[in-house]
Amino acid sequence: MNASTAEIEKDLFISNKVDLFAGHDYYKIDDLLDEEHKMARDAVRDWVKKEVSPIIEGYAQAAKCPVHLFKGLANVGAFGPTIPTAYGGGGMDEISYGLIMQELERGDSGIRSMASVQGSLVMYPIYKFGSEEQRRKYLPGLGSGDLIGCFGLTEPDHGSNPSGMLTKIVEDGDDVILNGSKMWITNSPLADIAVVWAKDEKGIIKGIIVEKGMPGFSAPEIKGKWSLRASITGELVFENVRVPKANILPNVQGLKGPLSCLSKARYGIAWGAIGAALDCYDSALRYSIEREQFGRPIGGFQLTQKKLAEMITEITKAQLLAWRLGTLANKGEASPAQISMAKRNNVNMAIEIAREARQIHGGMGITSEYSIMRHIMNLESVITYEGTHDIHLLITGMDITGINAFQ
Amino acid sequence: MKLLVCISKTPDTTAKIAFNGENTKLETAGITFIMNPYDEWYALVKAIEIQEKWGGSVSVLHVGPSENDAIIRKALAIGATDAHRIDTEAVSADQVAFQMASFIQQHAFDIIFTGKETIDYNGAEVGGRMAAQLNLPFISFASHLDIVTENEAIVKRDMEGGTETIQVNTPFVISAAKGMAEQRIPNMKGIMTAKSKPLNVVTPQEYSPKISIVSHELPPAKKAVQYIDPENMAELARLLREEAKVI
Repeated sequence: MNASTAEIEKDLFISNKVDLFAGHDYYKIDDLLDEEHKMARDAVRDWVKKEVSPIIEGYAQAAKCPVHLFKGLANVGAFGPTIPTAYGGGGMDEISYGLIMQELERGDSGIRSMASVQGSLVMYPIYKFGSEEQRRKYLPGLGSGDLIGCFGLTEPDHGSNPSGMLTKIVEDGDDVILNGSKMWITNSPLADIAVVWAKDEKGIIKGIIVEKGMPGFSAPEIKGKWSLRASITGELVFENVRVPKANILPNVQGLKGPLSCLSKARYGIAWGAIGAALDCYDSALRYSIEREQFGRPIGGFQLTQKKLAEMITEITKAQLLAWRLGTLANKGEASPAQISMAKRNNVNMAIEIAREARQIHGGMGITSEYSIMRHIMNLESVITYEGTHDIHLLITGMDITGINAFQ
Repeated sequence: MKLLVCISKTPDTTAKIAFNGENTKLETAGITFIMNPYDEWYALVKAIEIQEKWGGSVSVLHVGPSENDAIIRKALAIGATDAHRIDTEAVSADQVAFQMASFIQQHAFDIIFTGKETIDYNGAEVGGRMAAQLNLPFISFASHLDIVTENEAIVKRDMEGGTETIQVNTPFVISAAKGMAEQRIPNMKGIMTAKSKPLNVVTPQEYSPKISIVSHELPPAKKAVQYIDPENMAELARLLREEAKVI
């Protein structure tokens, strides 16, 4: 679909519902943020209210990706905010990046996923592990949204165990021949380039940039998802794809390449989940004050107050966790295990708040009048992708005991 | 062209308004302040559009203490070139207009923009008062502005039931209404560059207040909706006459 068709299609999904979201900061965590952080958050919040909220329910219901938002995300600066400006990024710090993800996911986890993949899983490895030519060739286009990227690590039979991957490259003159397949790839059917992880003849994992149109490369869409319905997901299929050796990321080998990208994306998810939770809490709080039963607002009943009070308590804890993780990340000291803890805790916190918020909304909570059910369905993916809830627990377990319980 | 946009700080549109014990001052605790939307969405963006096409610079001017710098930085993030903050609390339209006009007198601007009004006091006074002090033409509530040459502009004002088209030579003061431009959300690049743009602090002029606020009163709370049986028109008529007092 070209941009103008996408723009026209957008009008079909516009709702006149007003997004009344207001942020919640029970512990005055804003005092810990600087002006840049707050401006970045407020700008993305405004952008989401203007561009995402009016259309997202329609797109999610129709299981369509609002493709025009790639350009919008790029314009607001959501792609690669921590990458230096010289390479098309934003030159911002980790807390700004986290807050951008929070606000995007407040709108929809699928929209946040579009940005996470483009920034953390495509721009980041090219910036971090790519040659200067690769950086110059791809990063500005990815930053401006002219190019869409995707990240190929997970395979049909290798999800939590990526080291068992079967996708492989075999040298052939100045090229390599790529064979294999990847599964659950966000953005893949739309992507112009894919950063693919594959084993070479010695079994060493390498990153390679595969371009759309290379013979033997296809990216079929995975249909029928009940989650992240506004985000497009597909496979990557490689049948004897000839890729120039110049497309191999020269500065990394082994699993630490893809895992460092995942740490970056998981860090963003730890913040993003707070956004989804804030949206559910904000809606539930407002609804509980407006909705009357037995002659008074349901927010006046103890059981509703218990739900709301626990929600804001858990959100506040998650905000502090994310802020501390952000300050560590700014110093380059956030360990993968610390990121795992935050991703696991915050996504679980969000899904539980979404479920409680759904109950407060009663029957209305299952309709697209409210964002709750969409968030619940989205978070079922978020709790599984980028390291499942259980795997992150085992990462913490291994970190504190020194004993690997994976195998 | 040298363009100036006067910006003001107002409570967020969703803020719950309350006053202090004597009802003389707004209770600011818990209120989020924003750039006045008419200044931001229409005046500032139009000035930036003109600068993008004609070159030159867009300065922003604000009267207020340093705690308002976040609003000024936002204007710089949206695209203004530099900023001037007159370092005194804004207390009245007369005072703000006097301080701003005194600053403008020392500089040469081709067009001086304000929003058509602030969304708190809705006075719509500052533009007119400044123009009077500066002895410049003033066009209020402008919905369109086209630059013809660097010295001449065509302005449209929406009026009751129609439109007025005005020719004006620079320099002039204009207050921007809806239609002038479309809101621009600052992007991350703008936010980062805003940090290094100049924000000059200006010492205020001596000013003696001419007015003081005696008190504020909130509008009466909205009453609950009353349902009346469609069969009971006599009761409807009675309520309209005796309670609503409209017939």
